[in-house]
Amino acid sequence: MSEGHAEIQATDVAQRFGARTIFEHVSFTVAPGEVFVILGGSGCGKSTLMKQLIGLLAPSAGTIVVRGRTITGRDGEAGRQGMLREIGVMFQSGALFGSMTLLENVMLPLEMYTDLPPAGREAVARVKLGLVGLGDAAALMPAEISGGMAKRAGIARAMALDPPLLFLDEPSAGLDPITSAGLDRLILDLRRDLGATFVVVTHELASILAIADRCIMLDRAARGLIAEGDPRRLRDESDNPTVRAFFRREVLAPEAA
Amino acid sequence: MTVAERAAAGGEPAVALEFSGHLDAEGIGLLWERAMRAARRAGRRVLVLDLSEVTLVDTAGAAFLTSLETAHGGKASLEGEREQFRALLDRVRAAGTKLPTPVKLPPLRIRDIAAAGGRAAANGIVFVGEAALALVRLPRNHRVLRWQDLLRYADQAGVRSLPLVVLLGFLIGLILAFQSAVPMRRFGADLYVANLVSISLLRELGPLLAAVILAGRTGSAFAAEIGTMKVNEEIDALVTMGLDPMTMLVLPRLIAAMLVMPVMTLVLNVAGLLGMTVVMMAFGFPLVTVTNQVVGAVTLTDLFEGLVKALCFGAVVAAIGCREGLGTGVGPRAVGLAATGAVVGGIVSTIVLDGVFALLIYRLGL
Ligand SMILES: Nc1ncnc2c1ncn2[C@@H]1O[C@H](COP(=O)(O)OP(=O)(O)OP(=O)(O)O)[C@@H](O)[C@H]1O
Ligand SMILES: [Mg+2]
Repeated sequence: MSEGHAEIQATDVAQRFGARTIFEHVSFTVAPGEVFVILGGSGCGKSTLMKQLIGLLAPSAGTIVVRGRTITGRDGEAGRQGMLREIGVMFQSGALFGSMTLLENVMLPLEMYTDLPPAGREAVARVKLGLVGLGDAAALMPAEISGGMAKRAGIARAMALDPPLLFLDEPSAGLDPITSAGLDRLILDLRRDLGATFVVVTHELASILAIADRCIMLDRAARGLIAEGDPRRLRDESDNPTVRAFFRREVLAPEAA
Repeated sequence: MTVAERAAAGGEPAVALEFSGHLDAEGIGLLWERAMRAARRAGRRVLVLDLSEVTLVDTAGAAFLTSLETAHGGKASLEGEREQFRALLDRVRAAGTKLPTPVKLPPLRIRDIAAAGGRAAANGIVFVGEAALALVRLPRNHRVLRWQDLLRYADQAGVRSLPLVVLLGFLIGLILAFQSAVPMRRFGADLYVANLVSISLLRELGPLLAAVILAGRTGSAFAAEIGTMKVNEEIDALVTMGLDPMTMLVLPRLIAAMLVMPVMTLVLNVAGLLGMTVVMMAFGFPLVTVTNQVVGAVTLTDLFEGLVKALCFGAVVAAIGCREGLGTGVGPRAVGLAATGAVVGGIVSTIVLDGVFALLIYRLGL
């Protein structure tokens, strides 16, 4: 395989819901150890693309290869099952299990996949919660915490098994700038210490510039990719009006919107 | 508002709607119908919207004016409007132009309803098959099944429903005995009320009523719990963690319901017999007579037949509750729909299954 070293290789991926095409002809690669950011306006299909990458949604067309396994098409089931153990996912809403405390939420993957005794699971889970700044909220139920705390707990759960590939859907949306910067720091630290690869969906300009090695930008009107590359270069050099509007906070002229 | 016929700026014939005062949500309420009619009636003539006496236009007023233009369909012009009104109107026009045409639902046809019913039944069978598969795979997946969950569901579905089961059983026994005692007495057969009530309870009413209680209390709760998890993306999270929702969420509920249903039925039977005994004693039969009559009337087969039915009803009601939950769509109404579907589907399929049982038992000659 020539692209054998890519963490993710997406080729010509499309998604349609009924007659509505959300995006098509989307191709990109994610290299090992990089922080790869998916950008785009609300409703352009970022969460949808992420669901395809983690095997929850079969794309209408195209192929996706994750860590050497093809997860799309008729023979994708085995690839999907094999991939699951190697990825961690934080959903946009946190998706914590409502009937368990935060600690139990983080302990669940450990319980399923490791032979750790209960005390060991708890110790590991506490460390993960501590890393996202939720050390003293371990005993709370998901209904008792704020939206930002739910996101951080979701990240802690995604990291529970130290997977080499992590997907985060809008980790810093709705967080204050200090907590958000702390999360950026955490992502960079984990990348450095564990060599993990991150695929992050985010709108936060500051966060993009702080963490992203490379990004792709989806657009609703264009129904697909409109830009790919280093976000700093896109900011300074792109001549696509939507990309410029995004990075420079310009208001887009109505005819271009 | 007044309607006037006059010539427009270019000399063409025109219909002018002359407004005054405030064009806001309050002001346009009474005008709306009349103004729309006038705009439509203007036909080929130019529609002039005269705003010279108007002191205020808000977004509702602007929407009103653009709706008038749309209703008229032809050439329209504004007169006497202030600068700020025009800016607002332009913005409202830009926001309102891209309204999609609403999707028309096709008319409901008997054939479609029957097809939907058939699909639901087929889905149910597939679902039970998947649950059975999950059970077969359990030895490999045993970590995913959490036994403490099973105990919790058994407690929630069974133990906590016992007061209701006892009450309902007692009342049904009481009512059934009383209602049948009066006509039977005319034939001097009122002692046989004991036979009638005990056989119908053990073979039919006991399991059926227990299933109705299970569907109402537990089937709906299963659907709502799993449906909420689906809406919150918790099911997606489970799948990405490699945890099969069938094993983790459905199996413990299914097993719990199958365990508690025979017990609930047994308790309901006993309570019903008690209710019947109370009526019989009020009619002057001694306790010994009633007991002897019951013991002579029912066989162990009757009892077991009821308990086996109860077990199957429990599986069906729980499976339908879980399936409705997993099939929940998006949005806050979806969970409510799933819960309703669980109760209705649970009760209907219990009764259908009961019919199948009646046929089977008749054929087998039990
Ligand atoms: N199951 C579905 N059925 C039909 N349409 C869907 C479905 N899921 C998503 N969509 C549509 O796909 C589009 C993209 O949705 P998606 O959630 O991926 O957006 P997003 O880019 O993540 O937006 P946001 O930044 O607001 O989270 C939306 O227009 C949405 O209406
Ligand atoms: Mg999203």
